[in-house]
Amino acid sequence: MNKERYKEITDRIVPKEDKLKNGITAFIIGGLIGLIGEIIVFVLEKEFNVPNKDATSIMIVILIFIASVCTALGFFDNLVSKAKAGLIVPITGFAHAMTSSMIDYKKEGLITGIGANAFKLTGSVILYGVVSAYIFGTIRYLFFGG
Amino acid sequence: MIFLYSFIFCGLVCLIGQIILDNTTFTPGHVTGLFVVIGAFLDSFGLYDKFIKWFGAGACVPITSFGHSLIHGALKAAEDKGLLGLLGGMFSLTSVGIVAAIVFGFILTMIFKARD
Repeated sequence: MNKERYKEITDRIVPKEDKLKNGITAFIIGGLIGLIGEIIVFVLEKEFNVPNKDATSIMIVILIFIASVCTALGFFDNLVSKAKAGLIVPITGFAHAMTSSMIDYKKEGLITGIGANAFKLTGSVILYGVVSAYIFGTIRYLFFGG
Repeated sequence: MIFLYSFIFCGLVCLIGQIILDNTTFTPGHVTGLFVVIGAFLDSFGLYDKFIKWFGAGACVPITSFGHSLIHGALKAAEDKGLLGLLGGMFSLTSVGIVAAIVFGFILTMIFKARD
């Protein structure tokens, strides 16, 4: 009886705790990436006198480059399985999806492998981003005057 | 102080993503697609611009800013060229990220092999 009760309680608690842990990890890792981005922008602005818009673009390129290299070296998948949404939601997840789908299909050839599958995972982001931006943009432009 | 705001905003977006992943049957692809649409939606009221002003790079790093940049470039071009600008300016701000991801991905694919 005591054992059953114990099991009941743990069954109820363990998955919840897991979700909590996942959430906290995602929050901290995601926050750290935002912080790193802000530090890169800050350094570029203060030390190299880059204008803010360009500094943001350079920061995004740097993050994409790091994520692509980590994916190509093969340890980004492990990081994603630990950090979960913390690495998927930032732009690093976009670079990871792009590079990993290219690398996975490399052995099928340049055209039918890399070419055909490059946008396998990122295609949905680009497609729905463009379609929704076009619809919202048209509404805003026609009804609210741009 | 903007460092703390960056941390909190980017962390919160990732936390929302993780909550969706844990509690629904959505895959990471669903979540990123959903976030891009949300980003585009928020910017159609000019709200995401304010996020970027308040949270700096913390608002530029999550994938939601991809939707924001798409619609932002489109509306900027629409001011000059009307409806044609909506089509022409769509990628004007996002091309940095997309081209970087494609080029780095391709070069690295040529160099490295799949692990396994």
